[in-house]
Amino acid sequence: MTTESLIDRLVADAEARPPETAPPWWLLGLIAPILALAVFLPTIGPRPDIAHSMTTMPFDMKFVDAGLLALSAFLALTALARPAAPIRHRLAWLALPACVLLVTVAAEMAVVPQSLWMTRAIGSNSQICMTAIPSMGAPVLILLLWGLKRRAPTRPTLTGAVAGLAAAGISAFFYAAHCTDDSPLFVATWYPMATLILVAAGALLGNRLLRW
Amino acid sequence: MEPASGSGSQPLEALLNAALGGDERAYRHFLQEAAKLLRRFVGRRVPQNAAAFDVEDLVQDILMAVHAKRHTWRRDEPVGPWLYAIARYKTIDAYRRHGRRQTVDIADFSDLLDDPAAIPTAVGQDVQRALGTLAGRQRAVVSSLTVEGQSISETAERLGMTQGAVRVAFHRGLAALAKTFGSRS
Repeated sequence: MTTESLIDRLVADAEARPPETAPPWWLLGLIAPILALAVFLPTIGPRPDIAHSMTTMPFDMKFVDAGLLALSAFLALTALARPAAPIRHRLAWLALPACVLLVTVAAEMAVVPQSLWMTRAIGSNSQICMTAIPSMGAPVLILLLWGLKRRAPTRPTLTGAVAGLAAAGISAFFYAAHCTDDSPLFVATWYPMATLILVAAGALLGNRLLRW
Repeated sequence: MEPASGSGSQPLEALLNAALGGDERAYRHFLQEAAKLLRRFVGRRVPQNAAAFDVEDLVQDILMAVHAKRHTWRRDEPVGPWLYAIARYKTIDAYRRHGRRQTVDIADFSDLLDDPAAIPTAVGQDVQRALGTLAGRQRAVVSSLTVEGQSISETAERLGMTQGAVRVAFHRGLAALAKTFGSRS
């Protein structure tokens, strides 16, 4: 086929059908937490003493960390989804939640005696943490991949991985309300491992599904 | 990177903007201008001696991607970086596929591929049917010279005839065939 006849066909196609539309980011941002909540509430739900624990600093910091991760990953996604959008400084924002987490870990190590570090890091919820975050994040990841599929990410694998990161942030935000291990040592040990599962899944799926 | 403004009167931004608003002529103009830019873009990136790498194929791939993803262009951004980002993506994609393309010997697949000679075709059947109407020597001679493609001397030797007799049998055979089938055509 000559390029000229291809152009004829494309023009005819444009006339016949309107261009594809992508679901707006605000809508995805609205549905994503609802999906995570839909898994969270009927299964594990918030811990019983949540009203009291909300007044403690380590408990609240879990939400700050997870929230920052979700926001920065989401911000990076909006850039990754468009050809030629500058992404480097958007990706740099991902360092923010990591830095906040490291600061809280340092603060914890400063006040807690060394003999308790291992106990706090291992905690008592590691297994449920490793299961709950990926399961709550899975539908969110699917939603984000669907939204990205209808855009034009030129780095499918990286985009999928960052989608996994965003899903993990949203999922961890709700999981934090369930988990009774508030020590930053626990958070810094197990949350990233659970996150890694979603990142790996996102990278794999992105590599397959986000090509165009 | 070259400026992405079209060589014509209107910049690509205005054309694509009008096109997204439903202006068919603007869209055609936009695609034509984009094709020119892409041809130059691809031409400089394709390896010179890549026999299987077709510039125009890749240009068309990119145009199709641009068409499918035209909704991802924002009206407030320049077309150039957006267009070239898509071009780069599709070029890398093509390299990847190109690199993966391997040549294999067709002989390795001989048991999977049909032997074209064994597939009955309308022509082949007609020829067999036509030859079937001839008798003995004539059939052997016509078959040998036309279907099997042997020479007159080979045929004469094989059938134990003189070359003259082969010629006579051949002409009589053809005449008989013409008599049987020629009137129908």
